[in-house]
Amino acid sequence: MAENTVVKKKKKSGPWREVWRRLNQNKAAMLGLLVMVILILAAIFADYVAPYGYDDQDLMRRFQTPNSQHWFGTDNFGRDIFSRIVYGAQVSLKVGLIAVGIAMFIGGALGAVAGFYGGKIDNFIMRFIDVLLAIPSILLAISIVAALGPELRNVMIAVGIGSIPSYGRIVRASVLSLRDQEFIEAARAVGADDTRLILKHIIPNSMAPLIVQATIGVANAILSAAGLGFIGLGIQPPLAEWGAMLNSGRQYIRDYPHLTAFPGLAIMITIFALNLLGDGLRDALDPRLKN
Amino acid sequence: MYKYILRRLVMLIPVMIGVSFIVFTMMYFTPGDPARIMLGESAPEVEVQRLRDELGLNDNFFVQYGRYVKNAVVHQDLGRSYITNRPVFDEIAARFPNTLKLAALGVLVAVLIGVPVGIISATRQYSLFDNASMVFALVGVSMPNFWQGLLLILLFSIQWALLPSSGFDTWKHMILPAVTLGTSSAAIITRMTRSSMLEVIRQDYIRTARAKGQKESVVINRHALKNALIPVITVIGLQFGYLLGGAVLTESIFGITGVGRLMVDAIKSRDMLLVQGGVLFIAVVFSIVNLGVDILYAYLDPRIKSQYK
Repeated sequence: MAENTVVKKKKKSGPWREVWRRLNQNKAAMLGLLVMVILILAAIFADYVAPYGYDDQDLMRRFQTPNSQHWFGTDNFGRDIFSRIVYGAQVSLKVGLIAVGIAMFIGGALGAVAGFYGGKIDNFIMRFIDVLLAIPSILLAISIVAALGPELRNVMIAVGIGSIPSYGRIVRASVLSLRDQEFIEAARAVGADDTRLILKHIIPNSMAPLIVQATIGVANAILSAAGLGFIGLGIQPPLAEWGAMLNSGRQYIRDYPHLTAFPGLAIMITIFALNLLGDGLRDALDPRLKN
Repeated sequence: MYKYILRRLVMLIPVMIGVSFIVFTMMYFTPGDPARIMLGESAPEVEVQRLRDELGLNDNFFVQYGRYVKNAVVHQDLGRSYITNRPVFDEIAARFPNTLKLAALGVLVAVLIGVPVGIISATRQYSLFDNASMVFALVGVSMPNFWQGLLLILLFSIQWALLPSSGFDTWKHMILPAVTLGTSSAAIITRMTRSSMLEVIRQDYIRTARAKGQKESVVINRHALKNALIPVITVIGLQFGYLLGGAVLTESIFGITGVGRLMVDAIKSRDMLLVQGGVLFIAVVFSIVNLGVDILYAYLDPRIKSQYK
């Protein structure tokens, strides 16, 4: 009976529970989380949330200002802007998550191998990361899209590759600080091979900075993809993408500013929420950093 | 110190070789035949083949890459634009001053806003000013600059007719692009200045200065600021490099003839040699700026300087 109580108490004070408790106390971070949950749900259930399809054109209803039928008005093809923003959330979140996934996977693997083995391997990988860092990420993304062609998959790849260096550096730094610790030596002593050491022991212990970077990374990826869309090198019509919506609305900005106002707001609110959540997670995962 | 600078300069060489290799590889495998682009779709195949031979496009990948690097390093020759037939280097050099000016003005805006706001926020931590500036900083980081540019055009050019919406000739033309480009950097510098100041003003030597009875303005300006600004200067330098690359969007909004816009136009017309040259050029400038920032940091921070004495 007494043992059970002890076990229960231990479970309650796990490190992630403690992180959640600290995050829960941060109102700004919770606001960010709430906005992101709403956005994710809207993206998943876009077919039910959006009153119209993203490419439903009605030329008789072009350039309508916000009204009860079209909450955010209509664009130059008479398409419902609210519906396009909801479908645009699908695209933006997909780009953000997959681009960060690509960057985390490749950057994380490079960083882990570099930090774990050190020496020439580390030197070679870090010089490769220096090369990527020498090209401003938006320019790198632009040139990759220029080479591969402007479509959804290529935008994800382009934005993802541009973000590899930051994940590589974070994981390498974590691995360097972890690889000589006693629990790693203990695992090695009981026969764990390098792959197991990296995957089972080192990576899970490097998760805190990675999670923070990933949250802010999704924001940056959405912003980069929207930037590519804005200069006409991102996802192509008729798919709804916030940056491309801004680009097509800019020529009507004098008479119909709502065409640019709502997609811009959608981008800003998403990035704002992710930044709030990222800041909150950083404070929750490492309270020493909080000022 | 010279040893440090020399070491960093030597380290730049493999990085530049790597950048040129990556950019060349990407453009090499881009679909589309440059000779066909130059001669047009209706050109006879014999003519296209002749031009391919002339341009060396039938050579293997490594021969082409070697020739490209050699020409770039020895003759500053990045090839000729497929569309205008002008040297790529000349096309870039003609537009680079505008990009440089835009990035410099962006940084100026960012510093003028970011540093004072960050200092005041830190000295009045948790005050209304501090909270408001932190919210504005977060908004500044979150607002896409291409949207902000459009909003500024809507307000200052269309609604109030105060400032022009395109061009880059007079100081009036430069205000909106500089503010557009500099806002997110201002937010980053504000946050950095604030956290750096907070870290410094909690240190013992500041407490000592206060205990000696020095005025708060002297404590902040003479003692705290000097140390707090060292990491801020690094961030400012890095932002300058970042803005050189990021200027591409701002140039597109305000119709500025800079390197970024040149590259976007080049991509749309499949002028890949120009794209390749543009990326390489910006990467070289970006790396030199970053190197300059590191050297400045080492110069300002006696701990690093002493390592290389």
